[in-house]
Amino acid sequence: MRIAGKGTLDPSRSVPFSFDGQRMQGLAGDTLASALLANDVRLVGRSFKYHRPRGILTAGSEEPNALVTVGTGAAADPNVRATTQEIYEGLEATSQNRWPSLRADILGVNDLLSPWIGGGFYYKTFMWPRSFWEKVYEPFIRRAAGLGALSGEHNADPYEKAFAFCDLLVIGGGPAGLMGALTAARSGLDVILADEGTEMGGRLLAETETVDGQPGRKWAAAVVAELAAMDNVRIMTRTTVTGAYDGGTFGALERVGHHRPRAPHLPRECFWRIVAKRSVLCAGAIERPIAFPNNDRPGIMMAGAVRNYLNRFGVVGGKSVAVFGNNEDAHRTAHDLVAAGVKVVGLIDSRSDAKATGDFPVFAGGQVVATSGRLGLDGVTVDQSGKRTKLRADILAMSGGWNPTVHLTCHMNGRPVWDDKILSFVPKDDMIPGMTVAGSAAGVFSTAGCLADGIAKGSHAVQTLGKKAATVSPPEAEDAPYRIKPLWLVDGAGRKWLDFQNDVTAKDIKLAAQEGFRSVEHMKRYTTQGMATDQGKNSNVGALAVLADATGRGIPQTGTTTFRPPFVPVSVAAMGAGGQGDGFAPQRFTTSHKASVERGAPMIEAGMWYRPSYFPKPGEKTWRESCDREVTMVRNSVGVVDVSTLGKIDIQGPDAAEFLDFVYTNTFSTLPVGKVRYGLMLREDGYVMDDGTTARLGDSHFVMTTTTAAAGLVMKHLEFVAQALRPDLDVQMVSVTEEWAQFGVAGPKSRDVINAVLDAPVDDASFPYMSCADVDVSGVRGRLFRISFSGEHAYEVAVPARYGESLYRTLIARAEMLGGGAYGMEALNVLRIEKGHITHAEIHGRTTAFDIGFERMVSKKKDCIGFALSRRDGLLDETREQLVGLKPAGAVKQITAGAHLFGRNATATRVNDQGYVTSTCWSPTLNSTIALGFLKNGRARVGEVIRMVDHLRGIETLCEVCDPVFFDKEGGRLRG
Amino acid sequence: MRITCPHCGERDRREFTYQGAAKILNRPSPDAGNDAWADYVHLRDNPAGETRDMWYHDPCGAWLVVHRNSVTHEVYGSQLAAEVAR
Repeated sequence: MRIAGKGTLDPSRSVPFSFDGQRMQGLAGDTLASALLANDVRLVGRSFKYHRPRGILTAGSEEPNALVTVGTGAAADPNVRATTQEIYEGLEATSQNRWPSLRADILGVNDLLSPWIGGGFYYKTFMWPRSFWEKVYEPFIRRAAGLGALSGEHNADPYEKAFAFCDLLVIGGGPAGLMGALTAARSGLDVILADEGTEMGGRLLAETETVDGQPGRKWAAAVVAELAAMDNVRIMTRTTVTGAYDGGTFGALERVGHHRPRAPHLPRECFWRIVAKRSVLCAGAIERPIAFPNNDRPGIMMAGAVRNYLNRFGVVGGKSVAVFGNNEDAHRTAHDLVAAGVKVVGLIDSRSDAKATGDFPVFAGGQVVATSGRLGLDGVTVDQSGKRTKLRADILAMSGGWNPTVHLTCHMNGRPVWDDKILSFVPKDDMIPGMTVAGSAAGVFSTAGCLADGIAKGSHAVQTLGKKAATVSPPEAEDAPYRIKPLWLVDGAGRKWLDFQNDVTAKDIKLAAQEGFRSVEHMKRYTTQGMATDQGKNSNVGALAVLADATGRGIPQTGTTTFRPPFVPVSVAAMGAGGQGDGFAPQRFTTSHKASVERGAPMIEAGMWYRPSYFPKPGEKTWRESCDREVTMVRNSVGVVDVSTLGKIDIQGPDAAEFLDFVYTNTFSTLPVGKVRYGLMLREDGYVMDDGTTARLGDSHFVMTTTTAAAGLVMKHLEFVAQALRPDLDVQMVSVTEEWAQFGVAGPKSRDVINAVLDAPVDDASFPYMSCADVDVSGVRGRLFRISFSGEHAYEVAVPARYGESLYRTLIARAEMLGGGAYGMEALNVLRIEKGHITHAEIHGRTTAFDIGFERMVSKKKDCIGFALSRRDGLLDETREQLVGLKPAGAVKQITAGAHLFGRNATATRVNDQGYVTSTCWSPTLNSTIALGFLKNGRARVGEVIRMVDHLRGIETLCEVCDPVFFDKEGGRLRG
Repeated sequence: MRITCPHCGERDRREFTYQGAAKILNRPSPDAGNDAWADYVHLRDNPAGETRDMWYHDPCGAWLVVHRNSVTHEVYGSQLAAEVAR
């Protein structure tokens, strides 16, 4: 219920929302949790394993119970913590893990089975019969497990990522953080102040205390105003720092759009990577529950949360409140409630010296030993040294002490130390380089102490950066001592819950110890305590205490598990912002892309480039028809193809030739100016890395080509050789792949097309096969190469990329005038297979120069990359698989790439494997299926009929082994 | 992780490509024999601690020798491979 006059929200700003289909009203600034409590809704979910009715436990991101789904359809967001979700008009939230409804959940029957499904039960069950595992047990477990569910639909929400840099990152904007940030900012540091909440202030927003005579909230707002006015301060609210990483790097998740209805360009979240020279962790502390029988009913909440809901939101979840604790916070809670006119039925203080301090009964030395009310608390039983009292209460506020929020300090494998004075773990020094801890996160629990500690750590950070720290006087605030007595476990009938989200009880911890899982790491994995999305924030210390007791050790000896990023769950969409859909990889387009698309060419991916597959003419129904036509067109007339995507590397310098002699197997220093040579490049282990052509445009000027997909790899390799292996050479290189648009013009009429665009026409005498030159192309300075991948009389002409589209369209028009036209990747591939020209289908990383028949290209007169190991015995063995051509020799005409080759009468097993097919096509030139492949000792087996078996596709063909060059073996068509 | 490129300054690790141990700088002569070459190409130490590796800075094309610690993640410094190799 909402208490008039309490809280900081404006009662006139009503916000409609719905929960489980029921329409309700909240106020602007409410979280879903506070709005539900205002509407007297205590039951919000069903627990993971036993489907026990559960309510809101906390008021923060550590909430283990109140996990709901927000939104519907593709926009449904599961496992949202109601305590951090701010309501907005039209918000739709639904509870999870229950069917058919929250009040009547069929799987609540699991709770009756609890004696048999305690901790680790799945290690002892689901084993027999074995066949049941896949068909019965696993599907059942999958359906039963989990909390929220994904919609299964594509998520189209926008997410962002961002980077920030600062001198000091202050994590947490409570008293300590505000003072730390203020000190550093006034000292001239660049400061980022980040807080998980909607506004700065930390616990000051939840309490009624004053700072410097003002209400804490008002004081905090004044500090924020000063910080906001400074240029050197970035204030980040709704931002959780999720992880501490190497080099002062932090991850942080900013909830940008969760508190508003979806809007087209409103990002849901932004994942920040913040690099800070120094950091101060002011993350406060998280309250501990107490493990007493049936301590998980809806209505049982943390005392600090009860005060938060009351003082900040003006809300109490019920009408009669009982308070139970082992420290002063029980009393603070009772006082705040009474002052707001809420009935406090009793304060149960486990400390025997507790005194009555207000208008409510005090049960000194008492413990809550039983609770009642299945769908919502209705009563508690108090035990005071054997004397039992029953109290009617619909809210029980409990406080077992406070745990400093040390998590980030442990992200680099550090572990905190036990402080017996406050019965908590606190950070050690230097767990994260450059980070200090201030305030409650360091175990300082009074407000005055936090304020002073913030100033101290802020000043310290300033000094370590070599600057003078501004003087900041510590504000006045309460400075009460923290008096706590240990209370880890209350005896009594009924399960005592420790990990609410994973449904782990004290009994499970004891069972783990009994079964030999005595180390805290084993206990954690065996029981799953601490493995839920709250990462044990509510249960770690309590479970540790139970384990310590069960194994006869103290808490420090039992140790603690560590914490890992992220501090709160982070959506993959936020971490991968910008990488969805088209954003996954860059898309590279050639200058002929538009013209290709205009002609209806399907564009296919080649590396990150898009290249046309074929150019369908009207009437052509299949890709094969177009491809066959294009192949014939190139062989009989002329075709134009965009080859810009192949890597082009410009290499210059007095030692450029010697450099090429070192990276290629063959010799380039003997290449005359104006000539092009085919080159083979090995890896240092002797296998082929790439092949290409290199043209000599001048004494110290070469242009190398590489295959499209290996361009970057080869460039990196060349740089490595030049810088790391041969720094003695005077050579420079630069990638010019994108600078030049380059087009292949191939076919008997290719010279006519080329001469139509050249300012000075060429002939066979002036420009024989394998020539190169700088030329003028319609007034533009370009380059011309007479090389051929297709085996026809062919050229490649290059112009600066900005003229590419224009040249392409001109070449196509010229070609079409002569009965030719554009051709694509399919035809390009057929043409080269007909000529036995290899691609990376053949030089796939496990073939050598010897295998592809180019052994003689490896010059013995010089060293080169790969020279030494290319000559080892195993790489020159006659039984190695060698490049061969293949043609069908039987009834089946299909030859498929990837199929394996066997002796004609051998069984098609691995042991009899003789080789494999690499490239295959239908050749319109030869009117046959042809293929390239590798066959053991293949060169000596030309004419032999062997068996091709494609185990994957279920195809078998008899093949004749032939020369890989199927067409124009003498190469006459290249010349002239 | 950040690496300092002598040309470009301190940059995020994502701008770099890791190649392997700096042992690759000590290329044997062509006639050193199969064992020396096999060792050079295929064998590497795997230290837990200080290591010197080859990294390529993609934006500027510089090959670097980076001295770092694989256990503490500290990056001690980097040099241009060209200067180390001379």
